[in-house]
Amino acid sequence: MPTFNQIKAILSQKTVGIAGAGGLGSNCAVSLIRSGVGKLIVADYDRVSPENLNRQFYFRKQSGMKKVDALRENLHKICPGCLLQMHDTWVTKENIDLLFSVCDVVVEAFDEAEQKSMLIEYMLTNLPDIPLVAASGMAGFGRTELIKIVQSVNLYVCGDEESEISEENPPLAPRVSIVANMQADIVLQLLLKDAF
Amino acid sequence: MLFNLLRRIMQMKITLNNRPENFDADSLSVSRIMEIKSFHFKMLVVRLNDTLIKRDDYETTEVRDGDDLKIIHLVSGG
Repeated sequence: MPTFNQIKAILSQKTVGIAGAGGLGSNCAVSLIRSGVGKLIVADYDRVSPENLNRQFYFRKQSGMKKVDALRENLHKICPGCLLQMHDTWVTKENIDLLFSVCDVVVEAFDEAEQKSMLIEYMLTNLPDIPLVAASGMAGFGRTELIKIVQSVNLYVCGDEESEISEENPPLAPRVSIVANMQADIVLQLLLKDAF
Repeated sequence: MLFNLLRRIMQMKITLNNRPENFDADSLSVSRIMEIKSFHFKMLVVRLNDTLIKRDDYETTEVRDGDDLKIIHLVSGG
């Protein structure tokens, strides 16, 4: 096994894209930055609200801030030197290339299934060489043993594939963070696979 | 005997989500397989032999013996 310094030396040269800065994106970003990934490109159009704090990596006094600005602030507190390209934008088919085509790996961290599907279809069709790590099914609590990773060539999907969010099945910190960190772990595996 | 022979011909064995599956037919559309195996979620990622199959093509794409089919559910949350 390589040392942390050897791992960081490789990761510092890498760029990871994150589509969405909510429960998945904010927690995944924190783990990637702690691990030493050199550059993140994050896109999200939303603002921090108090209801987000049950699972997203933000603080109460950041309520009302653009998520990309709040996340930049938080990530820089962990790693002042990391490179962060933050885009306050809604991700569409028209800007995916512009945002993510330079990335070594992209993380799908959207909330809505339609947005997940849009990014997955676009990436598999137009950027098939960039691995995409997506997530599906992490609402509620318990049943953590059902969370798994499905792989199909360059596409990875983490989650239980069935726990959809609703009023009666809200997203909660433990399962959302578990899936976000599974995504981060797959990213590390992909970025380090040729190095050691 | 003829019946048994026909039955044998009219069989296909595919890999569905990494598990072997047998069907009594020599080919089936992606949407028919979804019906039989009750994939009822509305957002799906479908890959046949690693190629993405779009929703509009579920009806017309035929799955045959030996094919590798992956159907992944996408549900909201994140």
